[in-house]
Amino acid sequence: MLDADFFRRWMTATAASVDREAERLTALDSPIGDADHGSNLQRGFTAVTAALEKETPSTPGAILILAGRQLISTVGGASGPLYGTLLRRTGKALGDAAEVDRAQLAEALRAGVDAVMTLGGAAPGDKTMIDALVPGVDALGVSFGAARDAAEQGALATTPLQARKGRASYLGERSIGHQDPGATSSALLVAGLVEAAGE
Amino acid sequence: MKMLINVPETVVADALRGMAAAHPELTVDVENRVIVRRDAPVEGKVALVSGGGSGHEPLHGGFVGPGMLSAACPGEVFTSPVPDQMVRAAAAVDSGAGVLFVVKNYTGDVLNFDMAAELAEDEGIQIAKVLVNDDVAVTDSLYTAGRRGTGATLFVEKIAGAAADEGQPLERVEAIARQVNENARSFGVALSACTTPAKGSPTFDLPPGELELGIGIHGEPGRERRAMMTSREIADFSVHAVLEDLNPRNPVLVLVNGMGATPLLELYGFNAEVQRVLAERGVAVARTLVGNYVTSLDMAGASVTLCQVDEELLRLWDAPVRTPGLRWGM
Repeated sequence: MLDADFFRRWMTATAASVDREAERLTALDSPIGDADHGSNLQRGFTAVTAALEKETPSTPGAILILAGRQLISTVGGASGPLYGTLLRRTGKALGDAAEVDRAQLAEALRAGVDAVMTLGGAAPGDKTMIDALVPGVDALGVSFGAARDAAEQGALATTPLQARKGRASYLGERSIGHQDPGATSSALLVAGLVEAAGE
Repeated sequence: MKMLINVPETVVADALRGMAAAHPELTVDVENRVIVRRDAPVEGKVALVSGGGSGHEPLHGGFVGPGMLSAACPGEVFTSPVPDQMVRAAAAVDSGAGVLFVVKNYTGDVLNFDMAAELAEDEGIQIAKVLVNDDVAVTDSLYTAGRRGTGATLFVEKIAGAAADEGQPLERVEAIARQVNENARSFGVALSACTTPAKGSPTFDLPPGELELGIGIHGEPGRERRAMMTSREIADFSVHAVLEDLNPRNPVLVLVNGMGATPLLELYGFNAEVQRVLAERGVAVARTLVGNYVTSLDMAGASVTLCQVDEELLRLWDAPVRTPGLRWGM
């Protein structure tokens, strides 16, 4: 079973990998966006870790809701509302259970991903974070490791796509041939689950 | 890359501190990143709040003041501000007559302003929104996030701001803002990429002998790349691109806008060519504004915005305005 401590570890592990990969995310954002995805997410997850150090909610749901709120209040751009909504809605779907199992987490994450699709209007194949999140959540039924691998594959698979949402969409065909930075950071979020599970 | 900064992390806050020192007629909240006209809230009048990423100065903070914006929220460089800033701005300027959010069509700006509108309405503030999407370089908007908001933002903020200052109701100010947007189109070119403080190197690679046609204002590449053209050729291409989409029967307002690193000498020369094309196409010019207004950090290049105006819009354009970036008649 996954308790509040697991979810806190998930957020701190994600914050650490965003920190580590910030330059790469920004580099990916440079040819098709405006070269700030890494620094923006880094600012947001730094705020998430700080908030979790100050107060530690006792349920998985409350931890994700707190993290989502921090992201909305600090990241800006499209990533703030989209990542914030993902975590808030996942947290809301978890309700006030003290512990959840992997299947419940998968179900809640799916609700979060659906909310992101509604908010941003993106579908799979539009070259966005959805392209890593959807396969990641699909594979979560198998294992955390499978989810990580599927999300990473999903991020890699955005390279040949033409962007249809977000700032990269303004480049039209010129967006082809570049891995999507949002899908890449989403893969980091999914990979954080493996670290939190200590697998 | 050499920049007149301390560290990338404090670029926006440092600029706001400097702006506060230079403009005592504004209230600049450096910590919360909100710039408010000193006399807000103005009793009985609709307030205008805009915002977006930093790096486009004087947009938007430089357009705060009587006759234009009531408040502006600057985000990180090229990054939308967060909802907290917008709610704070709306609360600071609302006199009870409502607030119009002027939003440029970028996913981040749209989502954050949407969230802010909900939160502000929860606090009892009446909110209306206008989306600026004037950039004709984005053609297949079915397959993109829609047209970008660029130079027309200045026209919307000035004209709707004048209507608000006259005491027109929220519904009317919103309608006027929409009318301006619907009658305005832009096209931009880059002669060089820009450098964001966070990245420290040019956002894309543009060889000396080439230019980008159809750019936005975030240092992203444009619609296509070509061998460098003359000012005359660029004016022909840009104005024709705009007129392909806008068929003005009335006179137009012209904005010849520098992207940040192009000197006025070049902008005025470019304006001469823009005016020539307009004359050739039989388009009457009501007013012209030339300068760096909707910029993209240190990008070299320019954009052309045309806005078709009737007598009412022209009267509102001519109305007095007193802001750091735009000032006449008072």
